[in-house]
Amino acid sequence: MAAAVKRFFDSDLWFSFTRSPVTVVSAIVAAVCILGAVFAPWIAPHNPFDLASLNLSDAFKPPAWTEEGAREYALGTDDQGRDVLSAIMYGARVSLLVGVSATVFATLLGVSLGLLAGYVGGALDSLLMRICDIQLTFPSILVALLVDGVVRAALPREVHAEIALFVVIFAIGISEWPKFARTVRGSTLVERNKEYVQAARVIGVSRARIMVSHVLPNVLGPVLVVATLNLGLAILSEATLSFLGVGVPPTQPSLGTLIRIGNDFLFSGEWWITIFPGIALIMMVLSVNLLGDWLRDALNPKLR
Amino acid sequence: MFAFIISRILQALPVLLSVALISFAMFAYVGDPVAIMLGQDYTQAQRDALVADLGLDKPFWVQFATFIGNAVQGEFGLSYRLSRPVADLIAERAPATLELAFTAAILALAVGVPMGVYTGLYRHSWLSRFFLTFSLIGVSLPTFLIGILLILVFAVSLGWLPSFGRGDTVRLGWWTTGFLTWSGVKALVLPAITLGLFQLTLIMRLVRAEMMEVLRTDYIKFARARGLPNRAVHFGHALKNTMVPVITIVGLQLGAIIAFAIVTETVFQWPGMGLLFIQSVGAADIPVMSAYLLLIALVFVTINLIVDLLYYAVDPRLRIGRGKGGH
Amino acid sequence: MRKLLMAAALAVGLGAGVSEARTVRWAASGDPNTMDPHSQNVGTVTMVLQQIYDPLIQRTQELGLAPGLATRWEQVEPNRWRFWLRSGVKFHEGQAFTADDVVFSITRAQQPTSNYGIYVDTIASSVAVEPMVVDVITRVPDPILPNKIASLFIMSRSWSEQHNATRPQNTRAREEMHTTRATNGTGAFRLQTREPDVRTVMVRNNDWWGWNEPASREANITEIVYRPISSDATRIAALLSNEVDFVLDPPLQDLNRLRAAQGIRVLEGPEVRTIFLAMDVHRDRLLYSDVTDRNPLKDLRVRQALYHAIDIQAIHRTTMRGQSVVTGTFFPPQVNGYSREEDVRLPYDQARARALLAEAGYPNGFGITLDCPNNRYINDEQICQAIVAMWARIGVRAQLNAMPLAPFFAKIQREDTSIYLLGWGVPTLDALYSFQSLVRSRDGGQGNGIWNYGRYSNPRMDQLIDIMVNQSGEARNAAIREALRIYREDVPHIPLHHQMIPWAMRSTLTIPHMANNQPYFRWARMN
Repeated sequence: MAAAVKRFFDSDLWFSFTRSPVTVVSAIVAAVCILGAVFAPWIAPHNPFDLASLNLSDAFKPPAWTEEGAREYALGTDDQGRDVLSAIMYGARVSLLVGVSATVFATLLGVSLGLLAGYVGGALDSLLMRICDIQLTFPSILVALLVDGVVRAALPREVHAEIALFVVIFAIGISEWPKFARTVRGSTLVERNKEYVQAARVIGVSRARIMVSHVLPNVLGPVLVVATLNLGLAILSEATLSFLGVGVPPTQPSLGTLIRIGNDFLFSGEWWITIFPGIALIMMVLSVNLLGDWLRDALNPKLR
Repeated sequence: MFAFIISRILQALPVLLSVALISFAMFAYVGDPVAIMLGQDYTQAQRDALVADLGLDKPFWVQFATFIGNAVQGEFGLSYRLSRPVADLIAERAPATLELAFTAAILALAVGVPMGVYTGLYRHSWLSRFFLTFSLIGVSLPTFLIGILLILVFAVSLGWLPSFGRGDTVRLGWWTTGFLTWSGVKALVLPAITLGLFQLTLIMRLVRAEMMEVLRTDYIKFARARGLPNRAVHFGHALKNTMVPVITIVGLQLGAIIAFAIVTETVFQWPGMGLLFIQSVGAADIPVMSAYLLLIALVFVTINLIVDLLYYAVDPRLRIGRGKGGH
Repeated sequence: MRKLLMAAALAVGLGAGVSEARTVRWAASGDPNTMDPHSQNVGTVTMVLQQIYDPLIQRTQELGLAPGLATRWEQVEPNRWRFWLRSGVKFHEGQAFTADDVVFSITRAQQPTSNYGIYVDTIASSVAVEPMVVDVITRVPDPILPNKIASLFIMSRSWSEQHNATRPQNTRAREEMHTTRATNGTGAFRLQTREPDVRTVMVRNNDWWGWNEPASREANITEIVYRPISSDATRIAALLSNEVDFVLDPPLQDLNRLRAAQGIRVLEGPEVRTIFLAMDVHRDRLLYSDVTDRNPLKDLRVRQALYHAIDIQAIHRTTMRGQSVVTGTFFPPQVNGYSREEDVRLPYDQARARALLAEAGYPNGFGITLDCPNNRYINDEQICQAIVAMWARIGVRAQLNAMPLAPFFAKIQREDTSIYLLGWGVPTLDALYSFQSLVRSRDGGQGNGIWNYGRYSNPRMDQLIDIMVNQSGEARNAAIREALRIYREDVPHIPLHHQMIPWAMRSTLTIPHMANNQPYFRWARMN
C-alpha cells in the first residue's frame, strides 16, 4: 500500500493534478464539504437534533449579514428555529453517507460480478450481461424508486423507519452496479488474454488468485473514474428521492430533504432556507464531478 | 433476423413479468384504499363487504394472477381515486407526457450536438471552457431545483412564460396537442428546458468525447492528408461517425426522459402520466400505479428492442455472433 | 371563442345585469374525485358541486339558513318536518323539479354507497304529500334537521333513472357511472367540461331561479374554470403571474408577499374547524412509549402538564403566521352551543408542567410517539414539530410520526396510537355533532364516539350528550354548557386553535368569504 502511495505521488496523475487550478479548487471544495460533514457534531455551531434547544421565537431569522439577522445564526434559521448552517452540515453528512455507501456498494457488487463475468465467461457471462443490459435501459432513479417502494411495502412502517437509510443506500446502489460490471468485464477480457496472465495460468496459479491479484489491480483505474462520477449521481439520486418524499426519513434530513422543506418558503421571501442547502448540494456534486472528469482525462492517455 | 427478433421478444417477457410482479407487490400493501373509499363513517360490515368486493381478502398469488390476466387484455379496472377506467386515464394523459418528452429530446439534440461538436473541435477555446462548465453545472443541478428557479425567474419575476399546465390544447381524434396554439407552445418552454437540460449536457459531453476519439483515427488523418478542407473533414467524416453512438444513447435516454418527467411534471403541474402517477401514489391508487409501471416497462423494453435491432442492422459483426461484448 | 361569446352577449344583451362574458380562473390544491352529489362528503367535491346543484335550504353568507329549492319549512309534528317547494324550477337538462325528486334524493343519500348518511341518519321516510310539498318523517324528534338538509343536493329522479344512477356512485362498481363525470342540477352554473386533474369548466345557467335574489343581483360571473394545482409554490406563482384569478388555499407563508403584490387581495376569515391533540386515556399500557407498565396519559396531571408545556402563542405567531384563533375548547364561536366562559386555556407554564410531571411520578419525563398527518390541515406537520420541541423542554421525549392522510386515518382508526393531532369541522353548526363523535363513550349507538379513538369515557358526559339529542330549548343549552365545563376539566384533548382560511384573489374579483371554505360564485363579481 505504501508503495502505491509513493507511486501515486511520482505519477503523471499527481503532476496533472497540480497543473490544473480548477481541479485543485474543486478538490479543496470537496475536502471542505467532506470535513464539514464528517465533523459536524464537533464543529457545527448548533445541534439541530437537540429539540430542547430549539426555540420557535428564533424561527425564520435571515442570514447574519442582513439587517434582521442574528450573529448567532450565520445562515439564518428555518421554520422551527433550527440553525440553517448546522442543518446543512448535518444534512451533508447524511447525503455523503448515502452517496458514498451506495457507490461503495455498487462498486463492490459491480466489480465482483464484472470480474466473474469477464474471467469465467460462457453462460454466466451472458446471463450477467443480459441483466446489465436490461437494467441499464431503466433509468437508475426509476429502479431506485421501485426498490424503495417494494421494501416500503414489504416492511411494517415502524421497521421501515428504522432501516430507511439502508433501504435508500441499497436502492441507489443496486440501480448503479451495471456500469461497474460493464467496465470491469471489458478490462478483464483484455487482461485475461495478456501474456502475464497466460503465464500465471501455466505455472498453476488458481483462478481466484489470478483474478484478485493480477487482473483486479489492472482494472481499478477505470473503476475509480466510474466511481467518482457515480458519487455525484448517487448524491443527486438521493436528493431527488428525498425531494419526492420517498428518500431518507425526515428525522435524518439530508440536503434533499432540506431543499424540499425550504421550497415551501421560497416565494415568501425566506429564500435562505432552501437556497443555502441547494448551493451546498451543487457545490458538493460539482466538485466531485470535476474531480471525476479530471481523473478520467488524466487516466486516459489518448486524450492528453 | 426473424429468429433474432423472436429470441429478443422471449427475453423481454420475463422482464415484463417481473416488473408486473414488482408493481403489484409494491402497491398491494401500501396505504389503505379501503379507508379512503369509505370516508368518515362506516361499519365493520361495510368495510368487510368492500374488502371482499375489491378482492383484497384473497391470497396474494390469486390476486396477482387476476391482475396479470386483466392486464393482458388492457384491463386495469377503475381508479380508486377517480372511479374511471385506468386505461382511459392513461390514454388521456399520454399525449401530454409524450409531447413534453419529445420536445425535450429535440431540444437536447438540437443544442447538445452543435455544442459537443464545437467543444470537440476547439478544445481550448474560451467558449468551449464555458460550455463545459455550463454542462457540469447542468449535470450537478437537480431537476427539481432547475424547474423551481426557472419558474421564479421567467414566470414570476419576468412574467414571460406560464408557470404551470399545458395552456390551450387542440383535439385531434383521441390525441390532444399543445403544439397548435400559442399558449400551448409557451407552456411547453420551461418544462421542456427543465427536462432536457440533463440530456443536453449528456449529449454534449458524449459528442465531444466521440469527436475527439474520431479525430485521432487514421482515416481522419488520411482525409486531412488528402487535403480535404476542415469543413468536409469535420462534418462529412467525423460528425457522421459520431452519430451512431449518439443516436443509440438518445434512444435509450428517451426512457430516462419519461422517468424524469415525474419530477418535471410535479414541479410544473404538467397534466401527464408522471403527475398522474405521483398523485396516485399519494392516494394509494393501486390500479393506476401498477398500470403506469407496466406501461413504462413496456416502453423501455420496446425501445431496447428497437435499439438492438438497429445495432443488428448497422453492425455486421453481430450477425455472425456476439463477438465483442457490450458496446 | 371568448370574444365571440362576448360579442354575442353584447348583441343579445343578456338580462340580470350581465352584459359581457366574465371568466373566473380558480385554483386549489386538490381535484374532486367524482361529480356524484351523494358519493363523497369532502370539501374538494362540494366546492365544485355546490355551484351546480341546489339543496332544499341554502346557507347564507353568514352560514344561516335561507330558502333554496324549498321556500318554507316547518316542524309540523315532533317527528315530521314539512317542506314547501319552489315552483317553476328546471334542471339543466330541462326536467321540471318536483317533490318526487326530493323524495328520490333523500332515498339516494341513504343508500349504503352514500357518504352523506350523517345528514339523513334520523330520517325514517319521506313522502310527497302534494306535487310541491314534501314531508320528512324522522325516527326521533330532530330539531336540527334543516341544518343537515342544507348539505343535501337534489337530483332529478328521471335523469338518474335514465342513466342508471339511482344509487350513489360506488368505487366498488366495475363500471364507470354516468354521475362520475356528468351532472344535472338546478344550480347557478352548468358543468361544461370535466377533465379530472386538469380542468373543470362551468358556465352560467341564465335560467337559475336565484339570480334576482338580493345577494346575486350584482353577480356577473359567466364562466368558472377550475384547475387543480397541488404544488403550493406553483399555485402562488400562477396567481402572481396572472394565470389564475382566485386561489382557495394559499399557503400561509406566502400571505405577506401576496398582500404586498400589486392587484392581489387576501380575504381572511375563520373556518369552522378546530385543531387539537387527542390522547389515549383508556389503555392500561401506553403504546410506543418507554413507560411499559402503565399509561401516564390516564393521569390527569400528565395531560395537564403536556397542555401547560405548549406555547400556543408562538405557534400562532410563527407556525400559523397569525392565521389561527387560539382556543381552549373544541369548536368555534360560529357553532350553536359555544360558550366564551368555557373557552379558556391552561396557561403556558413550563415550571408548572414540570411540577405536575414530577407529582405524577415522572420527574425525568417519559417517551411517547405523536402521530400526525402531513397533508390534511394547515401546516399540520410543522405544528407537531413545534410541539415535540416544546415537550422536549419539560423532559417529554416525543417521537414524531408524520404521515399522509390515508395511512394516518387508517392508523388512528385502528386505535394504534397514543396521542394524535386531529382537526374537526362542524358542518351542521351545532355542538352535538362534535360532542357525539369525539367524546361520547362508544356503546354501539349510531354515531356515538365514532371518532373517539382515545376512548375517553365519562358517564356524566354521556348523559349530557343524550340530553342534547332528545331535548331542546334551555335544558339542551344547559347540558351543552355543563358538558363544555367537563371537557375543560377532564382534558380528554389538548385544544390548539381554530383554523383561519385566507383566500387570495385578483383585486378585480369580489366574493364573500365563507367560514365553510366554499366559494359561492353566484355571489361573485368580476370588474
